[in-house]
Amino acid sequence: MLKNMIIKSLVIAAALFAGTAGAEEGAALENAQSRVGNIASVQSGARLYFNYCSGCHSLKYVSYSQLADDLHLSRDDVLRNFAFSGAKIGDQVLTNMPGDNAKAWFGNTPPDLSLEARAKGPDWIYTYLKSFYLDPSRPTGWNNTVFPSVAMPNVLWELQGPQRAVMSTAKPGEESHVVRLEPASPGKLSAGQFDEAARDLTTFLDYAGEPAKLKREAMGVWVVLYLALFTFLAWLLKHEYWKDVH
Amino acid sequence: MANVFTRIGDWVTERAPGMMPAYRKHMTEYYAPKNFNFWYYFGSLALLVLVNQIVTGIFLTMFYKPGAATAFDSVEYIMRDVDWGWLIRYMHSTGASMFFLVVYLHMFRGLMYGSYKKPRELVWLLGMLIFLTLMAEGFMGYVLPWGNMSFWGAKVIISLFGAIPWIGDTLVQWIMGDYNPADATLNRFFALHVIALPLVLLLLVVLHIAALHEVGSSNPDGVEIKKKKDASGVPLDGIRFHPYYTVKDLFGVGFFLILCAFIIFFQPTLGGWFLEPDNFIPANSLVTPAEIKPVWYFTPFYAILRVIPSKGLGVLAMFASIILLFLVPWLDRGAVKSIRYRGRGYKIALGLFTVTFLLFGAIGAGKSGEWIPAIFGANADVSGIEMHFGWFLLAIYFGFFAFLYVYTAFGYEKTKPVPDRVTTHA
Repeated sequence: MLKNMIIKSLVIAAALFAGTAGAEEGAALENAQSRVGNIASVQSGARLYFNYCSGCHSLKYVSYSQLADDLHLSRDDVLRNFAFSGAKIGDQVLTNMPGDNAKAWFGNTPPDLSLEARAKGPDWIYTYLKSFYLDPSRPTGWNNTVFPSVAMPNVLWELQGPQRAVMSTAKPGEESHVVRLEPASPGKLSAGQFDEAARDLTTFLDYAGEPAKLKREAMGVWVVLYLALFTFLAWLLKHEYWKDVH
Repeated sequence: MANVFTRIGDWVTERAPGMMPAYRKHMTEYYAPKNFNFWYYFGSLALLVLVNQIVTGIFLTMFYKPGAATAFDSVEYIMRDVDWGWLIRYMHSTGASMFFLVVYLHMFRGLMYGSYKKPRELVWLLGMLIFLTLMAEGFMGYVLPWGNMSFWGAKVIISLFGAIPWIGDTLVQWIMGDYNPADATLNRFFALHVIALPLVLLLLVVLHIAALHEVGSSNPDGVEIKKKKDASGVPLDGIRFHPYYTVKDLFGVGFFLILCAFIIFFQPTLGGWFLEPDNFIPANSLVTPAEIKPVWYFTPFYAILRVIPSKGLGVLAMFASIILLFLVPWLDRGAVKSIRYRGRGYKIALGLFTVTFLLFGAIGAGKSGEWIPAIFGANADVSGIEMHFGWFLLAIYFGFFAFLYVYTAFGYEKTKPVPDRVTTHA
């Protein structure tokens, strides 16, 4: 018994050192390959966001002026294409939909998405966007494998084309579950193009979750290089001083 | 120009004659053993991180707004709208984790080379008080962003005081100032985090260093360098702290800062270990996070709580696990300080203790949910296996202290001869 436990503890110890960090969910998530450094991708994601998401979801920590500056767009373009009528350039990105109505329509107030990428992770968002399927038992007619019984309908269906679920055959004592999703009918985009669109949208939310990401990595390279030089000089200095220590 | 400086120096010396002698005592004429190795960098690094926390903390308080309705928004304001706010915040959040990292390594060094042994018991005790204060400081700082993990972490940790008989429930309400962690809790934690505890920490750090400089530093050989002095009273194996160790520590600082910069600029959340995903969701008393767990530096102690089903016993064991560390100088009766010359039993015991501490860290971080199914199959009873394995680890953790006493007090330890002089230097 004791020997057994020791062996088990050693195995677990080995797993500790081989273990990897990361947020994990029940369902396997696809790698979003979010690319905040790619400004074209962020712009395209912003376009998708304001076409498909901003009607219901606010980005209350983001302002239009910040979008203009960070995404290299003119303020006029941002106001004309992204803002609701009457919004000023310094305003937060809010939604026009009254919260009470939303609750009545969907059963839930659509959450603010400013920090969605930080709370759930880009991979979750990317996989979620791709995992809607037709489910007549749901009030909206849609369900999602990453977020079962989700209140939100699939707003990107016309791009992706609706998917249907292939269910496992129910066994005694076990409910049938979704095995995989397959296209029910083609959308405006091919599967590859839709992946790119979902990736752009994820990238935009990744940016919105942490605008500093646009600059911190580029800056970090110089900081680390400077510190490497500093450390080298400090080593030379130490070496010089310690010559008289025997 | 030099003349002006000399005159200013003379002017000050005339009015504060004790200043230069104090400087010499602690810097240029503080003789440290010349054989410090890698493990001796972490004291000065802890001091560096303390300064970083104070400086970045001052700037954060300029924009942070304590209060349940304002805290979360103000942190996002710092991250997005304050010039360089994101950098200051990441320096502070990374600094908190690095503080614990260097302090844990510093403590491990003490256990390895017997730095706590006579005549340095007071240095160790003051160090343990620093560790305890740091835990309170880290916990309260973690509550301030008022994310959902801040809220639930605060609720769980404060409720531990509820395990105290008779006064428990009243005490919990008194600490929180409410029936749940709320506005009152946040404001008092802010006051304690930015004023009270930093003052205590600074005082303890000064005392820790003062106590060290009275007795002198130990070293990897555990040799008392003051026993062998030259004609002028300078230890033969000692070198001036300044400039020798200041330049050496400067190199250590550079290396350490590269590591910190890498985290701050490329992995500021360190995959959820330094900043947890659930804390980017505002505090919500109605929605419990999928798994409530503290930040990594508390997880070893949290695991002790987790594997003991009884709350009262769990809290007791958790406090005992820290209190026992205070007693190490008296539990260890061995005369030999350094692990280099200690018996094999001590080497094995310290190794097991360290692995146990790391495994507790993994359990407290909720890694069992991943690892146990991976090892024992998908249908394994995760909490049952975790609990029994946890008891096994508890036996090792507490057994370490019992072993340490029995092994050294009853003469079981077979030590090697300790040299007269230090053996190596960098």
